[in-house]
Amino acid sequence: MTRLNWFTFSSPATFYPLAGKCIPWLWAITALFGLSGLFIGFFVAPTDAVQGEGYRIIFVHVPASWMSMLIYLVMAGWAGAGLMFNTRLSYVMAQALAPTGALMAVLSLVTGSLWGKPMWGTWWIWDARLTSELILLFLYLGYMGLHASIDDTRRADKASAILALVGVVNVPIIYFSVKWWNTLHQGASVSLTKSPSMGQTMLLAMLLMTFCFWAYSMAVALIRARAMVLERERYTDWAQQLPEVRRGQA
Amino acid sequence: MNAVWSIVQRDLSLAARRRSEVLTLLFFFLVVTSLFPLGVGADPQLLNKIAPGVIWVCALLATMLGLQRLFAPDLADGSLEQMALVPSPLMGLVTGKILAHWVLCGLPLVVLAPLLGLMFGLPTDALWMLAWSLLLGTPVLSCIGAIGAALTLGVRQGGAMLSLLVLPLLIPVLIFGSGAVTAQLSGLEADGYISLLAALLLLSLTFAPWATAAALKIALE
Amino acid sequence: MNLVAWGSLDAFLTMGGYGLYVWGSFGITAVLMVLEPVLIRQRHRQALQQLAQELRAQEGDAASSPQQEPSVK
Repeated sequence: MTRLNWFTFSSPATFYPLAGKCIPWLWAITALFGLSGLFIGFFVAPTDAVQGEGYRIIFVHVPASWMSMLIYLVMAGWAGAGLMFNTRLSYVMAQALAPTGALMAVLSLVTGSLWGKPMWGTWWIWDARLTSELILLFLYLGYMGLHASIDDTRRADKASAILALVGVVNVPIIYFSVKWWNTLHQGASVSLTKSPSMGQTMLLAMLLMTFCFWAYSMAVALIRARAMVLERERYTDWAQQLPEVRRGQA
Repeated sequence: MNAVWSIVQRDLSLAARRRSEVLTLLFFFLVVTSLFPLGVGADPQLLNKIAPGVIWVCALLATMLGLQRLFAPDLADGSLEQMALVPSPLMGLVTGKILAHWVLCGLPLVVLAPLLGLMFGLPTDALWMLAWSLLLGTPVLSCIGAIGAALTLGVRQGGAMLSLLVLPLLIPVLIFGSGAVTAQLSGLEADGYISLLAALLLLSLTFAPWATAAALKIALE
Repeated sequence: MNLVAWGSLDAFLTMGGYGLYVWGSFGITAVLMVLEPVLIRQRHRQALQQLAQELRAQEGDAASSPQQEPSVK
């Protein structure tokens, strides 16, 4: 029985085809969970007693928020793995996840605003969750900005990895401090976090949509990772021997 | 400890030859803080309310300015590479640099802030709380700022990038620092905030030199 | 499970008055979650094209000067 080499798929040459096979499955999962989530969300989940039909925004707002936070954690995980094992693919995964995480943060903020406007009359509320989400977006932007501003790829990878780790340690501190800040400045008398007590069908739709967003994020991150691998490994044999490249030649 | 102390002495004596840099920082603090009453109007009650936040934010901005000169001059004249090569652990030397930076850029803010607080009409006990909160908070600014300075060393547009990276990480310090003064103003207990600031200080003193040293090694590769 | 009866298409679209906000949210989500994969696929295709160009250039060199170094491993 051959020993499993944990680093087998940390080689770009083996990662590339494997990721390529996973992506269609991930899209299928995205569609499956998305369609079922939307169906239940719009045709099974009842009207909310307090918020009417407007509450249905949570079916995109909450998955986007959760994803933005999860992706940051996973991104920091890959950054840490890169620093620990010096595997260049780990850095690629971290870089591939960042834009998608930032997108999720933006979606969370936009849908949060669209939810808040009809409910509480303003486009923006400084409640703990939205404010933390905004700061998370700043952290994403900082991570991507730092990598973009350093020309040497290796140095950029490692520096942004350290930043991601510093960020991930800070996130709970930031969240806690923002919650504290929110409770003492009485301006924010309403909170987006006081969501309606969830009926079972509402919860089900939300979970299905979350899985949908999760599969989507993985699919997009893998496509981006494959593109990045090709960009970085342009001068290697394995990349130039790829069937797609050979086909493109004729 | 000797290494740390010698780095502190070195940085302080270097700065003594360029006193204008420290003064520029203080003037920046003064000018930017003064912009707020000019911008929002001189209503004493309003100024009172915004004073803790405004002074704290301006302190953050002033610190950002000073951070750019933390490692860049040493990189330019080659002494940073020397520091990485000597037998003393880089972490210790970095601690020395952070300490010197705080003495030069943080401590003056602590001294000047109560005077600025007077401009906003803060009462005496709030002024003390302002100084106290800044005394605990400015070292944290230096610590976390050092990480950012090391990460952006030699990077184009380093100053703006430094601020973009470091300011979000400093939000808890801002919240607890200005919160302490606001609490004092409202007659509430500020002890919770001070304890949290102290906790942040201990945390950053423990981890920042390590992270900064790691970032410096990457920058020097 | 009890299917929610929307009464009419109109009721579904207006979402009890919240139509703009609900459909705005789902709309922007859909737009961004279509745009992102499209842009990424484009980036991937460009990377492939650049690789093909690189390969052509290298083989062109090898053809014109036979004593060139073998390609990078």
